[in-house]
Amino acid sequence: MAEFRLPKNSRVTSGKVWPAPAGATRTTLFNIYRYDPDTGNNPRMDSYHVDRDDCGPMVLDALIWIKNNVDATLTFRRSCREGICGSCAMNISGSNTLACTRGIDEVAQNGIVNIYPLPHMPVVKDLVPDLTRFYAQHASVEPWLHTVTPAPEKEWRQSHEDRQKLDGLYECILCACCSTSCPSYWWNGDRYLGPAALLQAYRWLIDSRDEATGERLDGLEDPFRLYRCHTIMNCANACPKGLNPAKAIAEIKQMMVVRQV
Amino acid sequence: MGQFDFSIRTPVKGVRGLGSAKSGTGHFWQQRLTAVALVPLVLAFIAIVICASGRDYEAARALVGHPLTSIILLLFVVTGAIHGRLGLQVVIEDYVHHEGCKVAAVIANTLFTAAVAIAAIFAVLKISFGV
Repeated sequence: MAEFRLPKNSRVTSGKVWPAPAGATRTTLFNIYRYDPDTGNNPRMDSYHVDRDDCGPMVLDALIWIKNNVDATLTFRRSCREGICGSCAMNISGSNTLACTRGIDEVAQNGIVNIYPLPHMPVVKDLVPDLTRFYAQHASVEPWLHTVTPAPEKEWRQSHEDRQKLDGLYECILCACCSTSCPSYWWNGDRYLGPAALLQAYRWLIDSRDEATGERLDGLEDPFRLYRCHTIMNCANACPKGLNPAKAIAEIKQMMVVRQV
Repeated sequence: MGQFDFSIRTPVKGVRGLGSAKSGTGHFWQQRLTAVALVPLVLAFIAIVICASGRDYEAARALVGHPLTSIILLLFVVTGAIHGRLGLQVVIEDYVHHEGCKVAAVIANTLFTAAVAIAAIFAVLKISFGV
């Protein structure tokens, strides 16, 4: 059955409350999920007071400030700090988003920010989820050009109109915010491909140069791989790039019907 | 879903699983089709129930036995049963993860809706043909 409680060894306990930095006049409280696989202890929520006068405006700035000034053991992924690498995806104040593009003041509720790793994924450490299966799902839709026509001497040509159809699809940075916000993906992520992989599947389905549309549709036509999407729309709400995976999935379903009716 | 899969199988092996079932569109399409059909049928069914509620037993039987009413009721029962079975199957597949329980629930769902539908059809036909 669907799991409504976390397994015993995954239930979150209260953790350490770090003292407010001396002399700070403007602070925001960050409650952050901590899990260390080496100790065997349950996950805990540690609390940190971040000195806002000594820290940048984004949630990622606060995490880096904590790691530099308070607790060097706090573990998270980050790289580009400008919303293009997708590394710092996490659950901030209840929504999956990128820590680097989300302002602290946007998400602070009564001066408090709660941060968890992306929901319903195995946790490697602290805010670092294991995305192995997520990446494998992306690989399984074979996100590259398939053709049977011999490759032309120069390039595969595409009209401006056909190129425009890929806008809103190719921008995906694979941060996993959408898939891990989807209840269908939580309950059936082992068989449902999830919004991110299906968005990329659609990106290749409607590419005017791709000649494997039928085979791609064959691979997706499955009660679980595709049809676990129940148009809940959490994916479109969560996407930090403003993309709409739910719409792409609906378009795939329409293609499925069109080739039968 | 286990915490970590320490298996030496590749991740793509797990994602590909048994491959695509090459079906599911029929289910999806039938569910939409019956949903559209049910919009007028549910309204008609409610109207029939309201009409029948004020009457005595014989008058209610006469109403149900009228050819037009009978046909609407039969359409409602068949369409509703198909739609209900498809919808409940999706709920079962979503939430029941034990393979044996899932298959048992899907079978029970089919048999239950078939039994209810046949009983309702039988009742309408019996009144309609007056046997």
